[in-house]
Amino acid sequence: MLYLLYFGGSFGFSANLRTICSMSGAGKNVKFFDFNWKSQIWNLIFLIGGLAGGFISSHYMYDGKTANISQNTIHDLQKLGFSAPDEIQPKELFSREAVFSLKGFFLLAVGGLMVGFGARYAGGCTSGHAISGISDLQIPSIIAVVGFFIGGLIMTHILFPVIF
Amino acid sequence: MKYLQYIVGGIVFGIVMSKSEAISWYRIQEMFRFQAWHMYGIIMMAILIGTTGVFLIKKFNIRDYRGNPIPFHPKDRSIPRYLIGGIIFGMGWALSGACPGPMVVNIGFGYYAMLIVFFFAVLGTFLYGYFRDKLPH
Repeated sequence: MLYLLYFGGSFGFSANLRTICSMSGAGKNVKFFDFNWKSQIWNLIFLIGGLAGGFISSHYMYDGKTANISQNTIHDLQKLGFSAPDEIQPKELFSREAVFSLKGFFLLAVGGLMVGFGARYAGGCTSGHAISGISDLQIPSIIAVVGFFIGGLIMTHILFPVIF
Repeated sequence: MKYLQYIVGGIVFGIVMSKSEAISWYRIQEMFRFQAWHMYGIIMMAILIGTTGVFLIKKFNIRDYRGNPIPFHPKDRSIPRYLIGGIIFGMGWALSGACPGPMVVNIGFGYYAMLIVFFFAVLGTFLYGYFRDKLPH
């Protein structure tokens, strides 16, 4: 975050989603996307860097380790039908079989929709609010992060037992 | 190459996020079940460094690499927008196990299923823009 501030940017990843809408021509019909997206190219470049960073760590730095999560979490997730982790993402959600099943596709789609809609409604995501906003001691960011947790707890503790 | 610093920043971000397992759905579940310090440690460390840095920038009027002042934009005061938007975001975060940054890092890592999540996140952003005037802010 400080690095980006120093180079004239700011740390807020979900702003890229708005930029992509705008680049795709959404600004013609919806005023919210009618802005000079070219001023955001630096952030898209940061996104591409993130893509490359993920590639580098899986191809050149990955030691085949699994996500080393707590035994309690493994136990709770097993009750929902998730096997113990053998890589960093669960195959129950992200494997090819899961993606091409109706339910699997639907869950990923709904999750993505909520993240995109919620991030813009709240004016930021984890980077913009939880990191940048709270570092600047902004009250709205604290409210947003409280919201993130209320939503996450509802999903994890109330909806997961229904969905899985 | 005036964008070099951003691509370098992004690569470092991608490597740190994946090596710290912050891109893992399991880690997000563990966080929302309060069963480990892992994610809280990462987030609190980022906030600690961030808060100190912002404090120093303001106190000593530190400028950016071009010599321009570094602006901080106070966000609009409101409760419903941050709370409702935040709750929707949080539900999606717990379900997909990724916020926008980690989605992209996951795609780079080779989890192409995240392309679906990312595509729908862009669509969700579009829907927000479309219905913006009808939502309480």
